[in-house]
Amino acid sequence: MSQKLLLNAKEINIILQRLACQLVENHRNFENSVLIGIQPRGSFLANRLFEILKMDYGLTALAYGKLDITFYRDDFRRGDKVLKANETDIDFIIENKHVVLIDDVLFTGRSIRSALTALQSFGRPSKIELLTLIDRRFSRHLPIQPDYNGRKVDAINNEHVKVCWKENDGEDAIYVLKN
Amino acid sequence: MKELSVSNLLGIKYLTTEDLHLIFETADQFKEVINRPIKKVPSLRDITIANLFFENSTRTRLSFELAEKRLSADVINFSASSSSVTKGETLVDTVNNILAMKVDIVVMRHPNPGAGVFLSKHVKASIINAGDGAHEHPTQALLDAFSIREKYGDVAGKKIVIVGDIMHSRVALSNIFTLKKLGAEVKVCGPTSLIPKHIESLGVKVEHNLVKALQWCDIANMLRVQHERMEHSYFPSTREYVQQYGINKALLETLTKPITIMHPGPINRGVEITSDVADSEHSIILNQVENGVAIRMAVVYLLASKIKNYEN
Repeated sequence: MSQKLLLNAKEINIILQRLACQLVENHRNFENSVLIGIQPRGSFLANRLFEILKMDYGLTALAYGKLDITFYRDDFRRGDKVLKANETDIDFIIENKHVVLIDDVLFTGRSIRSALTALQSFGRPSKIELLTLIDRRFSRHLPIQPDYNGRKVDAINNEHVKVCWKENDGEDAIYVLKN
Repeated sequence: MKELSVSNLLGIKYLTTEDLHLIFETADQFKEVINRPIKKVPSLRDITIANLFFENSTRTRLSFELAEKRLSADVINFSASSSSVTKGETLVDTVNNILAMKVDIVVMRHPNPGAGVFLSKHVKASIINAGDGAHEHPTQALLDAFSIREKYGDVAGKKIVIVGDIMHSRVALSNIFTLKKLGAEVKVCGPTSLIPKHIESLGVKVEHNLVKALQWCDIANMLRVQHERMEHSYFPSTREYVQQYGINKALLETLTKPITIMHPGPINRGVEITSDVADSEHSIILNQVENGVAIRMAVVYLLASKIKNYEN
């Protein structure tokens, strides 16, 4: 297996700053908007954006939740992998809210499809947007595109994009792994 | 990724400690699901489950049915009193006829111990034992341990006394297996006639004095006196049983520390437990019922994930 560094910590930080900026541009003071990170790996990204919005833009009252999509996935009983659930932590109702769904890598689009279904259990949002750090274009199985995106990547099928976060993996870095 | 070591839930005896933790961790997530505005997930929308109850049940049956429906499974219910069992059909034939209608999971309660194990050897479906005679009632024990874990953070090291009719109780046996596997200390308490001989071999201690047992424990699990399973008299009178093994508020107030009261239901108010105790803040009886749905969702979900229909 070989791995190639795609983005280093500094480059990731620049992208995070830009994404936060774009969110503020569209949502201003977030009075009717909420951030929702998809568990487990989207939550790291959502956490970072939440911190930037809080520290740099003073958005301390921003509503932020974590959504687990395990029970909504479309590959239950279809592989060897057992789908183990993660924690869902959404302590608000998203009825009539403007939701920003956050995930690290957009690949087939199936996770996002599951997340859209899962969100319905928490109310009827007025609008849902999608924010991703990496968009693996040309690999989509479903008609789903991000509204905010960090970097587009043309990775082929046997390649894997791995996003590392300091708090979980010891460093901020994004690699392309090849089998 | 972890999965259950078994493909049927026949008894706690057959589970590993890792299985128990996996079930609890999954149930944590389902407990969150059943407290949402919309309490349903689509995971099992292509699974069909038959609930076969050859013995009466209210709580367990409703709890299983609700758990299955909250997972979006298709559910069929069957009770022995209104079926062909009364016409002389055998258990294997009854179940195979039901399975011919493409059922994936069978939840069964049966008056004979070992009915689940027997069935699992003869039919192709995942079997969940919802109580087999005086043998095991695994989901009840799981929800009991889950409720203890919820209140105390962990089951390991806790002192639990199971009071009452240990002899005829499947809840007692499953509870003993579960609690010992999780590292708790267990005592059983009841009249000599209702404590099976050699029960110490399961790693539990026997105490005949209720006050001493309550003073020792953190949690008391009060069992119902099962008059329907008693072919002869095991104690002189209900009144005498109540005096020696029933708990009431005055008795609990004599203890030096508060203890948690559990009961698997149905309660015989005024026999093993008085109303003022059952409805007090120390009782977690209704939490047990709520947790029952989450635990059964976890068990059904984890067993269903082992049924692979899409390999070809």
